[in-house]
Amino acid sequence: MRWRRVKAIMVKEYLQIVRDPRSLMIALLIPVLQMFLLGYGISLDVQKIPLCAYDQEGSQASQDLLRRFSASRYFELQGHAGNYAEVGRSLDTGRCNIVVVIPSGFSKSLTDAGRGVVQVLLDATDTNTASLAAGYAQAVVAGYSADVQLEAIQRRGGSVQTLTPVEVRARVWFNEDLVSRNFIIPGVVALVMAIVGAQLSSLTIAREWERGTMELLVSTPVQPLELMLGKLAPYFVIGMLDACICLTLAMFWFDVPFRGTLAALMFTTSLFLTVVLCIGYYVSVSIRSQVGASQVALVLTMLPTTLLSGFSFPIDQMPAAVRAVTYLVSGRYYVTILKALFLKGAPWSELLLPILCLALYAALMVLFAARAFRKTLD
Amino acid sequence: MAAERQAQIVVDQLVKRFGSFVAVDGVSFEVARGEIMGFIGPNGAGKSTLIRILCGLLRPSEGRALVAGIDVARDPEAVRRRIGYMSQKFSLYNDMSVLENLRFFGGIYGVSRADIAGRLRFAVEMAGLVGRENALVATLAGGWKQRLALGAAILHRPAILFLDEPTSGVDPSSRRRFWDLIHTLAQEGVSVLVSTHYMDEAEYCHRIALINRGRLIALGTPQELKQHTLGGELLALEGDRIGDAMSQLLAAPGVMDVAMFGSALHALVDRAELRSPELQARLGNAGFADVRVRRINPSLEDSFVHLVGASRSGTGASA
Repeated sequence: MRWRRVKAIMVKEYLQIVRDPRSLMIALLIPVLQMFLLGYGISLDVQKIPLCAYDQEGSQASQDLLRRFSASRYFELQGHAGNYAEVGRSLDTGRCNIVVVIPSGFSKSLTDAGRGVVQVLLDATDTNTASLAAGYAQAVVAGYSADVQLEAIQRRGGSVQTLTPVEVRARVWFNEDLVSRNFIIPGVVALVMAIVGAQLSSLTIAREWERGTMELLVSTPVQPLELMLGKLAPYFVIGMLDACICLTLAMFWFDVPFRGTLAALMFTTSLFLTVVLCIGYYVSVSIRSQVGASQVALVLTMLPTTLLSGFSFPIDQMPAAVRAVTYLVSGRYYVTILKALFLKGAPWSELLLPILCLALYAALMVLFAARAFRKTLD
Repeated sequence: MAAERQAQIVVDQLVKRFGSFVAVDGVSFEVARGEIMGFIGPNGAGKSTLIRILCGLLRPSEGRALVAGIDVARDPEAVRRRIGYMSQKFSLYNDMSVLENLRFFGGIYGVSRADIAGRLRFAVEMAGLVGRENALVATLAGGWKQRLALGAAILHRPAILFLDEPTSGVDPSSRRRFWDLIHTLAQEGVSVLVSTHYMDEAEYCHRIALINRGRLIALGTPQELKQHTLGGELLALEGDRIGDAMSQLLAAPGVMDVAMFGSALHALVDRAELRSPELQARLGNAGFADVRVRRINPSLEDSFVHLVGASRSGTGASA
């Protein structure tokens, strides 16, 4: 390998990048756009679930229970239904996701038999929201019945202490406020880096084929590895710039706490960037058109990073076969590392395994990409 | 032959197949040091494929090609260090300046630091681009682009130069200038293999290889090809509706071949001074009263038309 040739290619790529300021702006603006879009767009927190009430009784007890629903931050009372047809309509039209039906004998059976029944109807097209809503509804009703019980005991002059024999005192670590954004944003950073990195490099070789400059380049003594290093180096710089933009936004705009070391963050980010740049480069070598290469690169990076990196779906909940596949997704290691660095501030020793995996992955991809390019027109 | 002692390019029974299509079919020739060899032939004849094989861009299917004594199939990298190549399609970077392009190729070819400044100046002067060093290549006209591409191809002083239709789409005066440059290089000892479809350019070559359908159908100096390939003398016939006289001519005694050349017919005959009045009379009787017949010196184009026709009918010819 001759440094002279690598440098010549680096300078050429640099010149071509600065001669095309529009693409450069896109390369630097797209990550910002994606950070905002995904950062605000994806939230797993469920609040203000639209709720309808069908109060068949209209007693003080039923009003009391419904007030508890509307007072909860998880529900927002949208209106009242007068009959079951209206209940059905409000769920059908999506006016509300949950309907609470209080039957006409509710307060009577509560005082007489000591137990009342309320009905909850859920729109489960979004199962995640539905199951969360069911859980919250149960909690609201449980709070209500505890108070009813408490009143009854007090009326009989009983002791209050026996009420809850065992109590769970949950203390949440790492994401104290249980803000889903705090663990989603690091994943978004990984996703944006994967998309942008592969997009940048997916055009470099395809562009030379399309413009007809590759034929001459292949006839020169340039080595495939020299070509790759020279071509990827400027994009590596742009990619790291993008990473800094994303990480700064994550820390200072989205206020995700950062507890790790900057050195670990930059080191692992450069490893991940190497992986995605090489993926894009490999695609660019294989598909000699810019449009085709950029689309394949998008699919190859966005899909696995979205679905299989643990960014949106927890890996330990996946079936064993799918879980095995996630080991092949570089985003998995980077997301793990980012979450640990941001939320846990985990020490190096704990991150050793994912970092090692990511480094190995990067090394293999470099090798793979360098061997992909053949200096022939056959 | 002296060419053999100093042969810079040796091609021996070269074959290149793309699937079932045979692009190059058993071609053999040699190019000496300082020789300009021209590849002439119709589009799709296999000229570009041959040049690409010699540059190490395509692997030969059969046969052997030595460039600067190196087998291109075995060690294409060693070949690439010793050659300069101008591809058919302009392939410098349009979004870079003259100097930036030259510096890039200087770096890629590993021109030494001591040499580079002088070589860049030489290339800029040769291309006639002094004062426009910082102009973007996209803004240059065709002739300048071609000369710049040539400049980029010889920055590293290659011993062998491959030029694939370097002057296509360039105005005649620029073409003339380009050929002057090629001759200067050849005088300095560079072997040049150049393909073209301009017949007048073929006259500038030391030797010409006529290629048709992947086969080498004639090889020789322009003079040799003109004199020996035809095997007869040439008459030009002009007049109204002369195209309709084709069958009359072919049936006439002593006429071996007739071909259309622009608005005239060229007839190949055994003896010009004997057949000229004969044909004049024959056509006059057939209603072509205004026909003018005169003897002409054969051009390369006459030879090629004849040779391509002969190779199609399977008789083949070689000078």
